[in-house]
Amino acid sequence: MRITVNGQSQELDVEPEMPLLWALRDELGISGPKYGCGIGVCGACTVHVDGKAVRSCSMPVGNVTGSVTTIEGLGTPESLHAVQQAWIDLQVAQCGYCQAGQIMTAAAFLSAKKNPTDDEIDAAMAANLCRCGTYPRIRAAVRKAADSMGGR
Amino acid sequence: MSKIGHFARRTFVIGSAAAAGALVVGVVAYKIPHKNPLLDDLDEGASSLNPYVRIDANGITIITPRADLGQGAYSMQAMLVAEELDVAWGSFAIDAGPPDAAYFNSKLLDEGFPFAATDEGFTARSARSFGGVLTKFLGLQITGGSSTVPDAYDKLRKAGAVARAMLLNAAAKQTGIAVAELKTNDGAVVTPDGTRIAYTTLAGAAAELSTPRNVPLKDPAQWRYLGKPMQRLDIVAKSTGTAQYGIDVRLPAMVYATVRMNPRMGAGMASFDDSAAKMVRGVIKVVPLTGGVGVIADNTWRAFQGAALLEPKWNAAPYPSTQDALWRTASESFTDDRKDSRFKDDGDVDDYFEQLGKSDAGGITRVEAEYRVPFLAHAPLEPMTATAMLKDGTLEIWAATQVPRLAQQAAAKLAGLDNDKVIVHALQAGGSFGRRLENDYIEQATQLAMAHPDVPVKLTWTREEDMQHDFPRPFAMSRARGAVADGKVTAYALDIAAPSVLASQGGRIGAALPGPDGAIVAGAWDQPFAIPHYRVTGYRIPETVPISSWRSVGASHNGFLHDAFLDELIVAAGADPLRERIRLCNHEISRKVLETVGELSGWSTPLPAGRGRGVAFTISFGVPVAEVIEVTNTTSGITIDKVFVVANVGRVLDPVNFENQVQGAVIWGLGHAMNAELTYADGHPEQTNFHQYTGLRLDQTPEIIVKGLEFGEHVGGIGEPPVPPAAPALANAIFAATGTRIRELPMRKHIPFA
Repeated sequence: MRITVNGQSQELDVEPEMPLLWALRDELGISGPKYGCGIGVCGACTVHVDGKAVRSCSMPVGNVTGSVTTIEGLGTPESLHAVQQAWIDLQVAQCGYCQAGQIMTAAAFLSAKKNPTDDEIDAAMAANLCRCGTYPRIRAAVRKAADSMGGR
Repeated sequence: MSKIGHFARRTFVIGSAAAAGALVVGVVAYKIPHKNPLLDDLDEGASSLNPYVRIDANGITIITPRADLGQGAYSMQAMLVAEELDVAWGSFAIDAGPPDAAYFNSKLLDEGFPFAATDEGFTARSARSFGGVLTKFLGLQITGGSSTVPDAYDKLRKAGAVARAMLLNAAAKQTGIAVAELKTNDGAVVTPDGTRIAYTTLAGAAAELSTPRNVPLKDPAQWRYLGKPMQRLDIVAKSTGTAQYGIDVRLPAMVYATVRMNPRMGAGMASFDDSAAKMVRGVIKVVPLTGGVGVIADNTWRAFQGAALLEPKWNAAPYPSTQDALWRTASESFTDDRKDSRFKDDGDVDDYFEQLGKSDAGGITRVEAEYRVPFLAHAPLEPMTATAMLKDGTLEIWAATQVPRLAQQAAAKLAGLDNDKVIVHALQAGGSFGRRLENDYIEQATQLAMAHPDVPVKLTWTREEDMQHDFPRPFAMSRARGAVADGKVTAYALDIAAPSVLASQGGRIGAALPGPDGAIVAGAWDQPFAIPHYRVTGYRIPETVPISSWRSVGASHNGFLHDAFLDELIVAAGADPLRERIRLCNHEISRKVLETVGELSGWSTPLPAGRGRGVAFTISFGVPVAEVIEVTNTTSGITIDKVFVVANVGRVLDPVNFENQVQGAVIWGLGHAMNAELTYADGHPEQTNFHQYTGLRLDQTPEIIVKGLEFGEHVGGIGEPPVPPAAPALANAIFAATGTRIRELPMRKHIPFA
């Protein structure tokens, strides 16, 4: 089968029921999306499919019909997405393991919601678990990114 | 990933005579510095000035042997060296270095001795120094106990200063200009006419010089990095998905593996049927392991699939198999036989209560309560993972670990190799919280590599495996009684029963020390309060479930057990919770911490009905922390509105990371206190994944206002000390708002949270 990841068409020889996460990580060597729970509750594996946030650990690769974007495709150290820039400016990460998923959730949320309220930010980002407890900085970084992306 | 693979291992082998004589001759040996491990295998033209600085023609590398588990240890260690070495921030590489005794941790055992952090007397200081001698002798290269900064603060600054002095001496020799005329700037020696001589060109000559002694350190007023908000060296990588963790190791010809072990820890496996597992596409091999079975495949998910189809028959747990039965072992442990310690025994508690019993005790109120806290999983978001390759008589391991030397030794023993044939590449961890002090996952990877040699085998645990095979934070129970009179707390007797982490965890590494286990009562017996009749007794629950250190260790439960009951006494006395704690406090810095949290939180300002404010205090790891929490009792449950935290660490070395660590520790403390427990049925935890073990999420996270104080000489770590006061501050606030006193964690069993 073929899937498009970060703008590139990729050939995969795998079972259609293999989760997208493991096709990305072990078959394609794209390690930004992380394995945390495998049941779609922690959000560490979050990627975009046609711009929408998807839990790649619970999405069979055979069901992927749209274009996949991972954290590597969102922005790079040389060309940062606004959300990544906010994450760096506010030094959100501690261990950092959840942050790719946090950033992907935030980026999808902010592309759909231009001027979110604090409660909307809390509700959207509650989908992602951070064991280090970087939530105060996540909250502030989403706000900062929202402002820099042309909100209020 | 670490780039040290080509360094030859040179292990400081402690002969049996030396080890046996450690307690006697340790102080003598202590004064002999460990050999510099970096001198063993330097490329042509590279020089190593001491174990923390490596310079060659290509640049400067700062060695950061304490593991980065997310707490920013790599950046902090680099800051300490870079400050004195005088190199531009970010102009150097960092490397975790090889496992070596030279990177011993001298502060780790400080907490193991029965002298309170507030005790600066001679005996207490001597005991702490002896702890340093002991760790140096054992060569414990351990990250833990909030000890990275206290251990590194002088040592790494000196390392940077000595290296800089040697580079200056080399420049003086080369130019004929006196050292006093030379300056340094951003990685170069600068001559009076402004000529810059790069450190990289001086390093070879500098290494030939003798090591100077008594090199002065900078006056803190001159610091460029320390005390300033610095950008973490890993922040861009961690914000772009380019940071590499243990789980991201990818090597040529690598295969992927997972394991299924008996979740009744230590029980082992009777048999298994792998016929279905072997049919799974991509499964290469099924490998019997000690206590379970491993599956090697060409993709992690396929290994998971194969493992799920194994039909193992597990042996029964070698300990009581239900939570009720485990609680019975706790409640039956308050006996003279199980008594472990009584480090605090002021006044005469027994006599006081006896006299109270005889009189009609007019005006004196007695209070009694029983408290319980559950087992807890570490559950770092990156599950246990390690990659191992056995090839040509050498075992290479890539893994995040808090104990690289112990990992090396454990793997060498399993593989039947000398320690110097085991190469450990220390990687950053996706969280740990104490979990990666254990070697189980590294030993499993070693066994898999032995069964499938010549190629790298990457082991990844499923989340279910991780949550069911933790060495959890122990459960604990307390029985407390106290008395109040004339608006004051007059007596407080606290009995705590907990299993011994020292015996369980220490036993696994062959280092269980004799004597009482300070962790059973840490965060309770050593609190700086002057109560006329005041006693803390530790009781040792027999070993059941294997347990280990969990962020803030003994204080993680005792902060709650001690302070929440102190709050009950203060309330019974009719006193103000903050003012009575301040009145009772007999340690000046701790009192300042309490007073400051009162000012920061506006303690005296009244709150409207339905809202409540609680305060709690714990000193742990030498760091006093006070927290004030404000809650609202809403129709859908309790909401936490604000948390105010004041901590004294002596020096705040990086204010951004300090705030992030404090906030994270508070969230850690709150999330588990509110929502999390491991309960046992059929000998194993009932919880398997994060849907049943929920920490805090962003929508329950309060605003957390942090203030660091810098009183005193002791420079403390901050990763753990804000954890213990979080649970009691919340319980005390909930009492203030609702009148409900919560004496068992997690709190959601007793009150709903919005």
